[in-house]
Amino acid sequence: MAGISKNIMSKSPWVVHVNCNSCNGCDIEFLACLTPIYDAERLGIINVGTPKQADILVVTGSANYKNIDVLKNIYNQMPEPKVVVAVGACACTGGVFHSCYNVIGGIDEILPVDVYVPGCCPKPESIIDGLIEASRILEEKRIKIKNPDKGVAI
Amino acid sequence: MITLINLKILIKLLLILILPPVIGCILSGIDRKVTAHLQGRVGPPLLQPLYDVIKLFNKENIVVNKYQNVYVITYFIFVVLSLFMLLMKMDFLMIIFVYTIANTSLIVGGMSTGSPYSRIGSVRETISMLAYEPILLFYIIGMYMLTGSFKISKLAYTNKPLLYYLPLIFIAMLFIMTIKFKKSPFDFSTSHHAHQELVKGMFTEYSGPALAIIEVAHWYEYVFLLGLIFLFWYTSPIIGLILALITFFLEIVIDNICARLSWEWMLKFTWTIIIGLSIANILFIYLYNVKIL
Repeated sequence: MAGISKNIMSKSPWVVHVNCNSCNGCDIEFLACLTPIYDAERLGIINVGTPKQADILVVTGSANYKNIDVLKNIYNQMPEPKVVVAVGACACTGGVFHSCYNVIGGIDEILPVDVYVPGCCPKPESIIDGLIEASRILEEKRIKIKNPDKGVAI
Repeated sequence: MITLINLKILIKLLLILILPPVIGCILSGIDRKVTAHLQGRVGPPLLQPLYDVIKLFNKENIVVNKYQNVYVITYFIFVVLSLFMLLMKMDFLMIIFVYTIANTSLIVGGMSTGSPYSRIGSVRETISMLAYEPILLFYIIGMYMLTGSFKISKLAYTNKPLLYYLPLIFIAMLFIMTIKFKKSPFDFSTSHHAHQELVKGMFTEYSGPALAIIEVAHWYEYVFLLGLIFLFWYTSPIIGLILALITFFLEIVIDNICARLSWEWMLKFTWTIIIGLSIANILFIYLYNVKIL
């Protein structure tokens, strides 16, 4: 049992996907990860509908004044431990919309982003790579929550 | 002598508590693997449901109100109790009543949250209960008319399987299994991985350990439901097991080849064709006065 529960977070990271006014390019590429060609489910990655059951928040598109409340609300509904992945150039920095009058910038202006997946739009391979990295950070956070004084063990 | 009997009962109890979740876990792993292969994917490892449950136990439990947890635990206890009563060959009618309490508590739990997704999911689950409960009762009535008793233990005194006398009810039960396993034509109250309907239907507001307990209860429920199919060929356990497994694989295939239907369609279908089949079967037994005991 102890052997199974080691690295348990990286064995079944469940993903919730939020579109912050993205152009849909990154969303199509993210959903391509779940198709038979890339098959993210073989790594235990599942796209769930509700943030309450998710471990990883995948955000596409830039942060702006219209979606800031929605994004914060979804993030706060996720149970600990949780990880945020910014997918695409807009989510990382603001992309081509950076310094528009209504755009705040990248997602890291609002939420603590753990993994950045650059590209416009990123390939499904690099998104899966980012999700695997995120699931590793998730496991670190779980250990940190379990033993707060020990720090990062991996 | 008394201690020996006590030891036997204790071992039986432990087996009943430990073995079904193991079987249920492997069954739901097979479910996901077969589904993946049918869709041309590799699929997750066989023990993925177990990883999911252990992960969920490691998560924070966010609830809208504290009563949600009570309903989850009630659901778990009554599912285990109904499976226990089935394996101890007790009164079939009572088993279905206990099982109904389990499902009702799940519905009340979904209703208590106030989330619109969860509420619509619960309402739809109520409608699906309306669809499958009569068929389960017809199954029990058929068994009663054949054996003269509601007790499952009576089935051991005959060497004629129920399937010979209740073939139409068996076909009806196959549809009920699709509703109960929450497989594709009828998975509108809540659904399994990668089919999203109403966010997550009844389970939208559950997270972490509560969801894990629901999942473990589902493993017990898988074994319980296949146990109901097993009773159709109680006389020979091996054929009964094969029957249950064939049913399970049939459900997976049906799940993958069917599109989701609306609840109106399901209610019309079950209350006309499926109930009609069951009544025809009961009428046949009644008119010809068939008895196997």
